[in-house]
Amino acid sequence: MRGKVSLFVPCFVDQLLPEVAVDTVQVLRRVGYAVEFPENQTCCGQPALNTGYWGEARPCAEHFVRVFKNAEVVVCPSGSCVSVIRLFYPELLAHTSWRADAISLAGRTFEFSEFLVKIESVTQVGASFPHTVAYHASCHALRELQLGSEPLQLLHAVAGLKLIPLVRSEECCGFGGTFAAKFAAISGAMGNSKADSVVASGAEFVTAVDPSCLMHLQGILDKRQATARTISLASILASQSLAGGPAPVPAREKP
Amino acid sequence: MNPTAAQRFLENAALKSADLVHREIIRRGMDSYDAAHLQGRARIKDWEAARARCQEIKREAIDHLDRYLLQFEEQVVARGGQVYWAANAQEASSYVTDLALRLGVRTVVKSKSMVTEEIHLSRALENEGITVWETDLGEFIVQLRNEGPYHIVTPAMHLNRGQIANLFREKLEPGITSDDPADLMAVARRKLREAFFTAEMAISGANFLVADAGVVAISTNEGNGRLCTSVPRIHVVVTGIEKVIPRLEDLAVLWPVLATSGTGQGITTYSTMIAGPRLPGEIDGAEQFYVVLVDNGRSQLLADAEQREVLHCIRCGACLNICPVFRHVGGHTYGTTYPGPIGSVLTPHLNGIREFKHLSFASSLCGACSSVCPVKIDLHHHLLQNRRNATEAGATAWSERLTFRMWRLAMVRPWLYVLGGWWMRRALRMLYRLGLAGTVLDPMRAWNRHRGPVPLPAESFRARWRKDHAAK
Repeated sequence: MRGKVSLFVPCFVDQLLPEVAVDTVQVLRRVGYAVEFPENQTCCGQPALNTGYWGEARPCAEHFVRVFKNAEVVVCPSGSCVSVIRLFYPELLAHTSWRADAISLAGRTFEFSEFLVKIESVTQVGASFPHTVAYHASCHALRELQLGSEPLQLLHAVAGLKLIPLVRSEECCGFGGTFAAKFAAISGAMGNSKADSVVASGAEFVTAVDPSCLMHLQGILDKRQATARTISLASILASQSLAGGPAPVPAREKP
Repeated sequence: MNPTAAQRFLENAALKSADLVHREIIRRGMDSYDAAHLQGRARIKDWEAARARCQEIKREAIDHLDRYLLQFEEQVVARGGQVYWAANAQEASSYVTDLALRLGVRTVVKSKSMVTEEIHLSRALENEGITVWETDLGEFIVQLRNEGPYHIVTPAMHLNRGQIANLFREKLEPGITSDDPADLMAVARRKLREAFFTAEMAISGANFLVADAGVVAISTNEGNGRLCTSVPRIHVVVTGIEKVIPRLEDLAVLWPVLATSGTGQGITTYSTMIAGPRLPGEIDGAEQFYVVLVDNGRSQLLADAEQREVLHCIRCGACLNICPVFRHVGGHTYGTTYPGPIGSVLTPHLNGIREFKHLSFASSLCGACSSVCPVKIDLHHHLLQNRRNATEAGATAWSERLTFRMWRLAMVRPWLYVLGGWWMRRALRMLYRLGLAGTVLDPMRAWNRHRGPVPLPAESFRARWRKDHAAK
């Protein structure tokens, strides 16, 4: 046994993309971690924080700290949510009694690939995914958490996986939280530029460490009826499919 | 009723981001900028150290702005120049216009300056019957089109050479057949040479005001700046108070960093320093030399400890170039003097948070701007602070305020969060089954206009977790 991790599942993953969290748990267990899921968790507060409602984000952040303050290590399959906890909680909770706990928790909360590669030096998780994959560098993981090579190291170690270069891989996909609805036309155009790069790469899949980017991008690809699909890093790492087998289609139930 | 700035922005953003010809022109321009910028950065031994040094210099200057500005003024006045302090756009533009009228000026040539755009100087001069020539090629082109600059460094970036040839044919020389850039440049040059030798007054901006030497430093690439500052008998420099730097030696790092960030050049083709009017025995330079120091909201920003560093900006344009929003909506859509990330941060401070808050929200907060800023302004975090300020000022929609209040209730009560999530997924599934996706009843209609619907699983992760762990 390697140790115990507490899983933070972002609200939209919990509600809309549960398989990302299921796959995260599977990978963590496979490499030897005991995973616990504190059931009182809700959200990191990013939707309110990024829309300017800091007064609303604050109690949500306090709730998060209350739920996780005794965790040894918190692991989360979203770079964006981790960047809120690490970079913004200390500021958001500066004048509350939660400040010290928040600062300490900020140092113990990690994005999934960051935890495996940077903290635990694990790159081989026994995954097999015989497909072509393009990697989109999600903004907050790349620029707020400085995660450049960590996800790629994990992908390189996946049996059968062929990494396809993506042009302008570091340009934003256009999701941006409430931006995607408030400025839907701009967000959609940015998403289509990203989808253009994905389609031009010829890869079967595009992956990233932020399922929110991928949910947006999948919506764009669906609208264009493109054959390329999105898949989370956790789902690739959980996969143990054999060469020549059918491509796994992420579990998306028909409405 | 006239549309608000926010409505115009939304409308133009939707139009421009769907304009694939525009996207292609900008993409091509930005791709070549990206390559030049990377190459330029590689020429500087330690780019991060250079950025850090520039940040320190600007911080020192802005933190002691009062002292350095007075020092600059003293030096300029000692050499026979005059300095005018303008509290706002109106004062600045009236001062220059009155000066021109008093000195009998009929024609003005302008070297590129964003501050003169900010104070609408050309319009004020033209209203008094004075002819104004923009002499930077890009500015000259947008002036002929009756537009403002599209970009703070490359004003005509949105046009290809065919469009420019047509414009010149229509406005300058009907006989033009070539759309070769060199031929087009020759047409502009013929026209502008005439202007340089007619004009009594030149107006320029400044890239830096050097306090210890009393020098105005100007970076240009076309030679028009030097003709402006040396041929006409009057030279007026119009610039923002934040352009001051402490020492002459600071230019040794600021000049190459500005050029690298702006265009990828090691240094701009012309780096000019002017220290006042022509002195006895000198062979060129203006006989009269004026500097107009424009505040126009800057000292208010100076008082804001959280966002003061926005005044460190050296107007290189790097944040515009890398910004994915700028790349899709284009410069004119912003409807402001300064477009792109720096404009979205600055404009609410200069022109009002209520009218211009939408610009701070029109960003995915990707942070690309902050990562390239040569003076390390944390631009995307300032966008976020502007959002917070707008919300705290009560400037956002009541429906949104209500939504977040309800959201907050659920986020601190896990049972309500679970119930709300379950109900939302169920309601959307029902709605979509009835074929009502995208209608007014669909709360996700803005999303669905540009994307397929989000997945709506029957069970959340926590429901699955509970089931799995109850079974064991």
